[in-house]
Amino acid sequence: MTEKILTLHKSRVGRMLQPVVLLILWIFIYVNLQRAADFIVFNLLGLTAGTHLTEAVSFFIFEVPKVMLLLVLIIFAVGIVRTYFTPEKTRKVLEGKSLFTGNVMASVLGIFTPFCSCSAIPLFLGFIEAGVPLGVTFSFLIAAPMINEVAVVLLLGMFGWKVTLIYIFTGLCIAIASGWIIGKLKLEKYVADWAWEVKSGQTGEAIKRKMTFAERIDSGYTAVKDIVGKIWIYIIIGIAVGAGAHGYVPEDFMAGFLGKQNWYGVPLAIIMGVPMYSNAAGIIPIVSVLIEKGVSLGTALAFMMSVIALSLPEIIILKKVLKWQLILAFVAIVATGIMTVGFIFNLVI
Amino acid sequence: MEIKILGTGCVNCRRLEKLTKLLVSEEGLDASITKVEDIVEIMNYGVMTTPALVVNEQVVLKGRVPSLKELKKLLMK
Repeated sequence: MTEKILTLHKSRVGRMLQPVVLLILWIFIYVNLQRAADFIVFNLLGLTAGTHLTEAVSFFIFEVPKVMLLLVLIIFAVGIVRTYFTPEKTRKVLEGKSLFTGNVMASVLGIFTPFCSCSAIPLFLGFIEAGVPLGVTFSFLIAAPMINEVAVVLLLGMFGWKVTLIYIFTGLCIAIASGWIIGKLKLEKYVADWAWEVKSGQTGEAIKRKMTFAERIDSGYTAVKDIVGKIWIYIIIGIAVGAGAHGYVPEDFMAGFLGKQNWYGVPLAIIMGVPMYSNAAGIIPIVSVLIEKGVSLGTALAFMMSVIALSLPEIIILKKVLKWQLILAFVAIVATGIMTVGFIFNLVI
Repeated sequence: MEIKILGTGCVNCRRLEKLTKLLVSEEGLDASITKVEDIVEIMNYGVMTTPALVVNEQVVLKGRVPSLKELKKLLMK
């Protein structure tokens, strides 16, 4: 009996220690990454410094593992944090919140609450049904996909923390302002009529009990497996395209086209972004090269936000519960928000 | 046993359906499997994240696809 308890105890400690050991290993690899990449490029492949090919290859060999490492670490952490935020809890917090406060809270919660665009409709209906105001619901629906952990990792890896913070902050502002405007415009009549009659039953609720910390850690592992398993290929393709352009496309290639001095650069970037349903994983490595080749930061930010926040498939999903007037208002308001961000950055930086 | 899979037809919902069917036939369980795609009916279960798994009118899982081991535990109880 005591033996059994002892081994149980041991394995629990083991499960707690495992992430710590992995973290130490992670830091070791991360710190030595540049050296390892250089070794592969110059010693193993025997490339000479300064050529286009060498530049492209070393960009690829360094960036892929770097982004993957960041991805694994942050998705693991976010996977654990997210077990504390469920859509049900978020809905409870937002019930009957006043407009502005509600918009701010919904946008912030949108970052942490697990969200998949395939659940957009049940989530929307569940929020509305519980009495979360329409504008507040929209703040959530805008922030949740736009500011996600994959986007944050890639921005961090390719642009550094300053641009990442700018993206998060302006993204939050857009979600708050867009939701607030939608609320002020009183667009409730453009929600499909049947949506108001939906009653979400509380029958047969899954057994509620607190998760143990070991289970939360397991959720972190699952999140890493799920998300990295789904997007690794986009990241490799994105970085490969980036590496190719990095070495071969001339500097300032894009400057005339999408540079600062062209006023139409920002709206053009947004329009190009809407039909592109690439996830953040594929698009951000490419955007980082666009910037290198002369696209201004504001235009690039606008493009990224448009690709991620205004995606055609999501609009088609939402069409089930929203009449076209509300869809149009939603797209126009968010696009205006993104455009403002783009213009401001082109002016300031 | 009555098993229902709630989902509007996304990739994960289809994965859960396939996994459940596989397990039921492999284990020779006496179960009927129904796919519920109607959003109003899904909402009636109080589910906001799909896919969800309902066993004998009890929501036992929502918002993710379980591993085969976990699914086995949920169904063989």
